[in-house]
Amino acid sequence: MLTKRIIPCLDIKNGRTVKGLNFLSLRDVGDPVELAQYYSDNGADELVFLDISATEEGRKTLTQLVLKVAEAINIPFTVGGGISSVEDVELLLKNGADKVCINSAAIRNPELIHEIALRFGSQCIVVAIDAKQVNKDWNVFGVGGKTPTKLNLFNWAKEVQDRGAGEVLFTSINHDGTKNGFANEALAKLSCMLSIPVIASGGAGKVQDFEDVFITGKADAALAASVFHHKQIEIRSLKTHLITKEIPVRPFDP
Amino acid sequence: MKNIEDKKNKLVIIDYGAGNIQSIRFAFKRLGVEAVLTDCENEIRQADKVIFPGVGEASSAMKKLKYSGLAHVIPTLRQPVLGICLGMQLLCNSTEEGNTRGLGVFDVNVIRFSNHLKTPQIGWNQISNLKTHLFQHISENEFIYMVHSYYAPLCKETTATSDYGIPYSAALQKDNFYGVQFHPEKSSLRGGQILKNFLAL
Repeated sequence: MLTKRIIPCLDIKNGRTVKGLNFLSLRDVGDPVELAQYYSDNGADELVFLDISATEEGRKTLTQLVLKVAEAINIPFTVGGGISSVEDVELLLKNGADKVCINSAAIRNPELIHEIALRFGSQCIVVAIDAKQVNKDWNVFGVGGKTPTKLNLFNWAKEVQDRGAGEVLFTSINHDGTKNGFANEALAKLSCMLSIPVIASGGAGKVQDFEDVFITGKADAALAASVFHHKQIEIRSLKTHLITKEIPVRPFDP
Repeated sequence: MKNIEDKKNKLVIIDYGAGNIQSIRFAFKRLGVEAVLTDCENEIRQADKVIFPGVGEASSAMKKLKYSGLAHVIPTLRQPVLGICLGMQLLCNSTEEGNTRGLGVFDVNVIRFSNHLKTPQIGWNQISNLKTHLFQHISENEFIYMVHSYYAPLCKETTATSDYGIPYSAALQKDNFYGVQFHPEKSSLRGGQILKNFLAL
């Protein structure tokens, strides 16, 4: 049976992990390779690296980092942030990334989704969508969730699927950082209308939130950052809990 | 690190421009084996073990194999060959993806998952009914990582099954040819064990 995936997300700047991390067992908490290895060894089903470097130099560091991560870990990983061309994708895949994640570039140039899918296959392209609920409507935001667009979440999700995306990563801006649960209603609607997997993001705070996102939100995978980095939730015990709730996950098995 | 010139361990990965080869190379490197990436017929024929990888779309991959002449080389290889993902599918008679004729090693036609299932299937699924030495030390219902929209139905060459809406072939074997639908190089420690088993064949 296909299982639900638990995916930690690491923010990378100039080749280093950023945001407050609380990994006392690691020698260097800023080293993405060591963190990736930790998660890979402790039950994560996949990893996402989000590059927030603003400079050319930082981007080059990312490529080297991808190679080191690929060498170290034996689970799939996705790289996102600042990707805007087929050439960017090629460089990351050649260095060992399994998938790439695009967001603003897809909004600016939707044809890019098709170009990437055609060249490398749908399975390697994740389209990230940041959306905010205003009154009843879910509006899509670009550029790190800051710039409003005229796109509606559900229409845009359908369009990226039709253009060849292999997965949708939906972050609710309303829920992100609240640690009060995922946007389950919108997620369930997305999951039912799309024929590609949906990764839920934004709002994870406790174990119950993961149970809800898989049952109520019908998500195929759940992504979180700080609850894992701060060890508020350990993936291995999270999985044990989900199994007792009869949610299919790959058990932690060293 | 074993010497790549050591004849007993000479491992090649067939290079025909098919997707992410790095992770396969790294997976073998973690096992202490340096794989050679090549499209040279002689080098492939002289190897002790051959990996036939594949990520991407079937018809364009097949075109590349025909153009390079590898389409004639691969089915005539005598040493153990492991097709991974699309590599396994291309070893079959045909695939619905791009209406592509395959290399005809495995006597089965690859078809697309039903429309009511999410495709691609992405994530960790289980393998069962394990046969052959490829699955030595691997438990029934072990978890492995799958990414695919097309599948080989169950057939007489099936050596492992998985289930996504219906049961299908997670692995195939005929003579010296082995194929796995999943990605052992991305399937954690158990995936590494499967690659190790392949090296020991």
